[in-house]
Amino acid sequence: MAQNESEIRYLTPPTVEVKKKKYCRFKKNRIKYIDYKDPEFLKKFLNDQGKILPRRITGTSLKYQRKVAKSIKRARHIALLPYVTDLLK
Amino acid sequence: MLNQYETVFIATPVLSENQMKEAVQKFKKIITENEGDIVHEENWGLKKLAYPIQKKSTGFYYLIEFKGEGSLVEKLEVQYRRDERIIRFLTFRMEKFAIEYAEKKRKQKESGKTKEE
Repeated sequence: MAQNESEIRYLTPPTVEVKKKKYCRFKKNRIKYIDYKDPEFLKKFLNDQGKILPRRITGTSLKYQRKVAKSIKRARHIALLPYVTDLLK
Repeated sequence: MLNQYETVFIATPVLSENQMKEAVQKFKKIITENEGDIVHEENWGLKKLAYPIQKKSTGFYYLIEFKGEGSLVEKLEVQYRRDERIIRFLTFRMEKFAIEYAEKKRKQKESGKTKEE
């Protein structure tokens, strides 16, 4: 059985992509508090329209995603970040 | 234990420097008169707003950190709303990591200053 399996041949060699593992930058760097006063840092979690990026893209853990969202919303309220925009960054 | 709060307000850019100082004094007085304890304050000066508020594109930012009762926050916010000079404000309770962060930042600033001198 094992021999047969090894004899499988592909027309095009399968591309085995090594996916880079996402990680939570807050856990890795032990950041406990996310400052709303730093819009440049918070921009890393926004798309061009100023929307908050989902966790599946940034790799942030749930605990810190909540904090990121809160900080961004505070920054928006105090006019450090826009609510809606085009071509942020 | 009393909670620690952080409050930021944006004043209209039409104010003169003295008027701005007066406004700051007024809100600091409200805090101290209601048994609040000012821990830290910061003047960010005139900043550009990310979007217009009341048709203004700039504003004076001022930050105050204070310890006090929760009822004080309410009183302070009522005063913010009544004051025409204030176009936006934000007050929230600082959690322990926020306090740690603020203290660390202040220390860094101080040490940076002494080095420069």
